[in-house]
Amino acid sequence: MATKIGMEVSVAIGEAVKLANADVIAAYPITPQTHIVEHLAELVADGELDAEYVPVESEHSAMSACLGSAAAGARTFTATAGQGLELMHEVLYIASSMRLPVVMTVVNRALSAPISIWGDHADAMAVRDTGWIQIFTENGQEVVDNVLCAFRIAEDRRVLLPVMVHLDGFHLSHMIEPILLPEQGEVDQFLPPNQYPLPLDPNKPVTMGGFGPPYIYPEIKWAQEIKLRAAKEVILQVWQEFGDAFGRYYSPLEGYHSEGCQVLLLTMGSFSETAMAAIDKMRSEGKDVGLVRLRLWRPFPFDEIRQAVKNAEVLIVLDRAISFGGPGGPVCSEIRSALYQQDRKPKVIGFVGGLGGRDISASGFEEIVNRGMEIAEKTSRNEFEVFGVRE
Amino acid sequence: MGEYITIGRHSVVKAENFAPGHRACLGCGEALAVRLACKALGDNVIIVNATGCMEVVSTQLPNTSWRVPWIHTLFENTAAVASGIEAGLKAMTRKGRRLSQDVTVVAMAGDGGTADIGLQALSGALERRHNFLYICFDNEAYMNTGIQRSSSTPYGASTTTSPAGKISIGQVSWKKNLPAIAAAHDIPYVATACPSYPFDLMTKVSKAAATKGPAYLHILSVCPTGWRHPADLTIRIGRLAVQTGVFPLYEVENGKYKLNVEPPKLKPVSDYLKLQGRFRHLSEDVINEIQQRVTAEYAKLKEKVASSLVHAGSQKDS
Repeated sequence: MATKIGMEVSVAIGEAVKLANADVIAAYPITPQTHIVEHLAELVADGELDAEYVPVESEHSAMSACLGSAAAGARTFTATAGQGLELMHEVLYIASSMRLPVVMTVVNRALSAPISIWGDHADAMAVRDTGWIQIFTENGQEVVDNVLCAFRIAEDRRVLLPVMVHLDGFHLSHMIEPILLPEQGEVDQFLPPNQYPLPLDPNKPVTMGGFGPPYIYPEIKWAQEIKLRAAKEVILQVWQEFGDAFGRYYSPLEGYHSEGCQVLLLTMGSFSETAMAAIDKMRSEGKDVGLVRLRLWRPFPFDEIRQAVKNAEVLIVLDRAISFGGPGGPVCSEIRSALYQQDRKPKVIGFVGGLGGRDISASGFEEIVNRGMEIAEKTSRNEFEVFGVRE
Repeated sequence: MGEYITIGRHSVVKAENFAPGHRACLGCGEALAVRLACKALGDNVIIVNATGCMEVVSTQLPNTSWRVPWIHTLFENTAAVASGIEAGLKAMTRKGRRLSQDVTVVAMAGDGGTADIGLQALSGALERRHNFLYICFDNEAYMNTGIQRSSSTPYGASTTTSPAGKISIGQVSWKKNLPAIAAAHDIPYVATACPSYPFDLMTKVSKAAATKGPAYLHILSVCPTGWRHPADLTIRIGRLAVQTGVFPLYEVENGKYKLNVEPPKLKPVSDYLKLQGRFRHLSEDVINEIQQRVTAEYAKLKEKVASSLVHAGSQKDS
């Protein structure tokens, strides 16, 4: 019987990858991802995980080696953060477009300049359109569970797409949390060996990654879009099966006292847990506020979002990234866009905060909600406001 | 493995794993080199191709010229993709997830994909000692995008981004020595080849493929389109590159240098240069400069060959 033990979330991720019995880990160190790959290197060095650890010379090569490994049919994992994810950028499109089921944890980190090793979602938002399935997590248990689910989802024959599991740098990656690691036997039951349908194999030659002129390129891209959208059904099914097997259920988004609320706050990632504390306090003071935590970022859960917020008057969205010169935060603008054609919809108020590792405390969230309600009452307003920034 | 044809003392497999019908230019030295390499590699091979001429001419969807497993992803990451394939096969074989079968992983890239944008990935893969073969098909410029200079373009060559002009001789830097860079990684096998010497090329491919650990092969791929010469001169120009000492054919096996084709007397470099439009503008002074450089480089190489022999001799004595 599995027992809950206290461990650093990064170490727990390494343990999850071991439980998944990955074949290849190709990674390049970058703060705050290092503890994940260090732990995996140790597991391989001690023979506890039978895998090839490829210590590549850059993130570009990390993801490139992952392409090769996945194309050969091996179960493939990597992890990165911030600048590393940016250096991988062009390679990310290849993984999704060539249907290579790589799993990667992204320890969200702000982008230079100025150089910052601390967390925000600028890295994740910059790779929004790379065609990966993307899941944001709130706590260590959720990361561990979703790494296991990620392999199931990615390698499912109906999907065959790469999956990113996002977790906040330091705020989550370096926390020591009580984590329940499933037993190996249970994981083996849940996660069958990878059976990539057409790997690179001399016994059955395939040509992968040929050149696509205009007469074929758009059809290929459209097919890719259809597959990513259709992946949602498999994601829901895998989460259901995971819940049935392990007792922890996940969904594209989760409400926290959100049913029937006039005012809703929406967050993504580990800050959601702090936001919950703020919601508790405000509700104890009689305020009609609730929280929506967005977990599935790609494919975007349009129906679930519309359903969750349709009865609210005000929806306050916090982004940990700026779209420079644009509508503020990517999450907020996507939600606005998803609601635009709905007959009944809340006013959507955008905030940008928590950049470069700056904390938002529970009282900070309280301020955001109060300010959001204030803005909602006025007719004219900015596209978004920043929170907690000295002018 | 299939049927063979015999040419002199050589027998060559008949099967064409790089199938005819591709779209390479008339007289393409690279297509010929790839074809010969594929003959030497046989069926148990996985090829990783960089972006470049070869990917464009051989894999226009939904067609393919490849009868062996082949993958192309990006321009600069060929060696890294090959690393991943090698690692994946190794892990899966060890874990009993695939039949144990010797598969040669071969990375192929042009000179731009090797000497410029792919150099970091190549260095990483060589240093990590993956069991794979990297072949650079060197046509001495970015031919696929329209003859732009690379760091492998020779001194004095006119390209579209190093054009000869009123005050320029064209390329003003000397060709980067990629085989030397590969050899500096202390890998077990490095060699140069040219399809004008087909049996030498195939022997080296076979040897490189059989090497345990990383092997690097640098193949001069004469390019009528970019070098501006008639298509029927490809083989002759390749031979002249060797006979003038511009591109010597040699091997570095476990650090030991060996010249494979050693003309009794080198022909003047002008014999090689004058057939090519890219060098047409060169003055006698520049040609002399090139001659001096080639003579000096060739002498350096011969010194390495000689000291390898001395070293081998002293090892035998001890």
